[in-house]
Amino acid sequence: MGVAELSPAMASGAIAQLRNIQKTFGKGEKPALAELTADVFGGRITGLVGPDGAGKTTLIRLLAGLMAPSSGTITVDGSDPIADADRVRSIVGYMPQKFGLYEDLTVAENLDLYADLRNVTGQYRKETFHRLLQFTDLAQFTGRPAGKLSGGMKQKLGLACTLLGKPKVLLLDEASVGVDPISRRELWRMVQALVSEGMAVLWSTSYLDEAELCADVLLLNEGRLLFNGPPKELTDRVKDRCRLVRGIGGSRRQVLARALRLPEVLDGVIQGSNIRLLLRNAAREPSPADLNAGPEAQWTSGPPRFEDGFIDILGGGPGGHSVLAEHLPVVPHAGEVVIEARELTRKFGSFTAADHVHFQVRGGEIFGLLGPNGAGKSTTFKMMCGLLVPTSGLATVMGIDLKQSASEARQKIGYMAQKFSLYGSLTVGQNLQFFAGIYGLNGARKREAIEQMIAVFSFGPLIQTKADELPLGFKQRLALACAVMHEPPLLFLDEPTSGVDPVTRREFWTHINGAVEKGVTVMVTTHFMDEAEYCDRIGLVYRGKLIATGTPDALKKMAARPGLEEPTMEDAFIELVGRHPD
Amino acid sequence: MSPPLSLRRLVALCRKESLQILRDPSSLLISVALPLVMLVIFGYGLNLDSSRIRVGLVMQDDGGDARGFASQLDGSPYLDVVIGSQIEMTRQLVDGKIRGMVVMASDFSHRGIGPGSEAPFQVITDGAEPNTANFVENYVEGAWRTWQRQRAADHGHASPQAIEVEARFWFNPSAKSRNYLIPGSITIIMTVIGALLTSLVVAREWERGTMEALLATPMRRSEFLLCKILPYYALGITSLLVCVGAAIFVLHVPFRGSLAALLLMGSAFLFSTLGMGLLISTLTRNQFNAAQAALNAAFMPALMLSGFIYELRSMPPFVQAVTRLIPARYFVTSMQALFQAGDVWSVLGSDLVRLTLAAVFFLGLTAQKTRRRLD
Repeated sequence: MGVAELSPAMASGAIAQLRNIQKTFGKGEKPALAELTADVFGGRITGLVGPDGAGKTTLIRLLAGLMAPSSGTITVDGSDPIADADRVRSIVGYMPQKFGLYEDLTVAENLDLYADLRNVTGQYRKETFHRLLQFTDLAQFTGRPAGKLSGGMKQKLGLACTLLGKPKVLLLDEASVGVDPISRRELWRMVQALVSEGMAVLWSTSYLDEAELCADVLLLNEGRLLFNGPPKELTDRVKDRCRLVRGIGGSRRQVLARALRLPEVLDGVIQGSNIRLLLRNAAREPSPADLNAGPEAQWTSGPPRFEDGFIDILGGGPGGHSVLAEHLPVVPHAGEVVIEARELTRKFGSFTAADHVHFQVRGGEIFGLLGPNGAGKSTTFKMMCGLLVPTSGLATVMGIDLKQSASEARQKIGYMAQKFSLYGSLTVGQNLQFFAGIYGLNGARKREAIEQMIAVFSFGPLIQTKADELPLGFKQRLALACAVMHEPPLLFLDEPTSGVDPVTRREFWTHINGAVEKGVTVMVTTHFMDEAEYCDRIGLVYRGKLIATGTPDALKKMAARPGLEEPTMEDAFIELVGRHPD
Repeated sequence: MSPPLSLRRLVALCRKESLQILRDPSSLLISVALPLVMLVIFGYGLNLDSSRIRVGLVMQDDGGDARGFASQLDGSPYLDVVIGSQIEMTRQLVDGKIRGMVVMASDFSHRGIGPGSEAPFQVITDGAEPNTANFVENYVEGAWRTWQRQRAADHGHASPQAIEVEARFWFNPSAKSRNYLIPGSITIIMTVIGALLTSLVVAREWERGTMEALLATPMRRSEFLLCKILPYYALGITSLLVCVGAAIFVLHVPFRGSLAALLLMGSAFLFSTLGMGLLISTLTRNQFNAAQAALNAAFMPALMLSGFIYELRSMPPFVQAVTRLIPARYFVTSMQALFQAGDVWSVLGSDLVRLTLAAVFFLGLTAQKTRRRLD
């Protein structure tokens, strides 16, 4: 299709057009994008969502002219991104996943570099810097190296550098991964302001609550466009199929697992003390009795969310059965305290990263640490694993003082971190061997543990594959396998699902819920509010202090005020942090 | 059509690169501290002239001649003599405390000790270190000859040797190994800066995700390549001048060439190693692999196959052929010429051609492998 034929669409405001795009990398490989036709319009935010490996980043790179399509045509403001690369690069702003900042350069030096690269000069440059620094609230940090900025500030600087040439099209690739809800909302407001000036924004995200706010959404799965339209259209498809189960007696994790086994239920998640279910299309209404949720249980219909539509179009969640949990031994506990932080304090020079943090976690509980970037979550978390020695105070796990015998304590802990702490150049089998080894397994026990993990997570055909080459979902399974192989009574999860799509995240939590039902105790840090809902109790950390502790529902109740009667977890987070005196 | 290169963008990129060099302690360490450490090691530590070797002396005879030869040995500037019983000395030799021993038989003074007569003593050396063993043997033999000659003169005999050989070394009259090791070691330093340092810089851009951001700007390929070459070229030339200055003024190695020739040869060599480093970096896109590759492709060959320490002519023909592919080899000969002989254009000219060819090859290949796209 020629450029001339597209002009009517341009008249209607489509700045970027993709027609019948196919992108294949290796010969004989499945296409990363197939038969894709879509438009990105000026003056609005177009959301780009889909599971990992769906082709979101490829699509963005095609628009930025960083890759050429195998077939099909792309135009950005009437120009071909490959044939007319110079023009397209001058009108497209692209912010890659890691923001593209030089960490050893200061804020001002980063801005200077990108301003020069984008030919922003003279008086106009001064004005632009002034405007962007105001806009991003970075004016007081111009002399600070970008590497020393918090995640949210880096994200804003990345955006500022991208906006320097006054682009007509802004491409944001997972700009908000690993950033706390407050910074995410700020970024959203900033982008909203740009859109009102006519800019076209393509916003790739794994936060579906963000997608819900977009004017249009492109939903990709395995390189194919499954949905293209306003998010409400997708949400409407599931509008009568959401149910909330309140007043659950007994374990809500078991109720969820039972619910997910029902043929009528397509998907389900824990939401504080309640569970939220999505029924299959035209399914019979299951009876609350099927859930065995206790006499008090109420069954109400709930408002649909974009995430429900997303899961629906992808054919449902991963189910509620954890093969892993089936194989884990029962960890006996009587609800006694197994993790304790007593007046835990850590100072870095004059800066207090953790200030008299005090909490207890009982056996079989999921305890979540939430807080903005740089609030002290990670510092606290590291002290609880014995990776960081507290300046004062006490950290114990299973009654063992981490200061005294860190290695004995670590034997009781399964640890899984954000980046999955795998050895990328080792194969699946070698990673399992290695982690079994460092957790002290040997001989027959080691062999059995490895064989069991291979069976549980179906690693069989992938055993010779390098960890780096695994699809993300498998990487996560492998990281979890490595953390639980020695059957620890405690699991420490540090942002375990950062950058992971909702389906993969559900699968992960199915395993965690299953393990907790076996008596395992979990401590988790997260930026995903839906993940926070899985916690029994949450500690909210801000400026080194634990400013609130309680069940997710209790925190929501605390945050409620006139004008915010029924806060979501995210509202509660922002409200409680905002109320804290500076 | 827009111009192929924007000066503003190039300056901005070079400034960014220079700031990164200045702020990264490892690049300063490699370009400033490492050359100084290496100069000190090569200048003072590594010395291919042997120093005093410890040898044992077993005297089974204490006659006048025996004592005379013993004091001759003791007076040798190359030997450090310890006297003891045969058992004691054997033990010390086994322990590696001495490198050899001289046993003077009980009939030493009675055997006919005239010129040309058979030496009435035994030299036992530690064959585990053949080089040192050779030294011991030669030094003892030298001492023996000198002592024989002296004794003959003392007794009124004529010197048995009619012709005296007096060796004279051209270009390096004092035959100090330092004088040819320093020019060689400067080659190594330049290789480290050129290849090791630059091998990291493109890989780092890929690893940190800044490459993708740069590629999405109107930046040209030529601008990117030049920003990776010019600052490191400046760093390398500075380092070269510091090294040569330190060699001349601190280590007192004579320098007989001209500054212009030094800069010309240095630039040609630097561009070839920079090219190699950048090519590695561009191909690997990973800092760890890049450093490994640079170490094996540039540093090790420069150390082993450049003729800096190991004589090229004593290598097997196949290895000699391989050394012809190593730019460091040609820079070693140019540097040795510049330091010890001067601007000898018959040497420098052919070296210059080869170094320039290497630079064009590596930089050309890097340019070809540098893409403005990700696929």
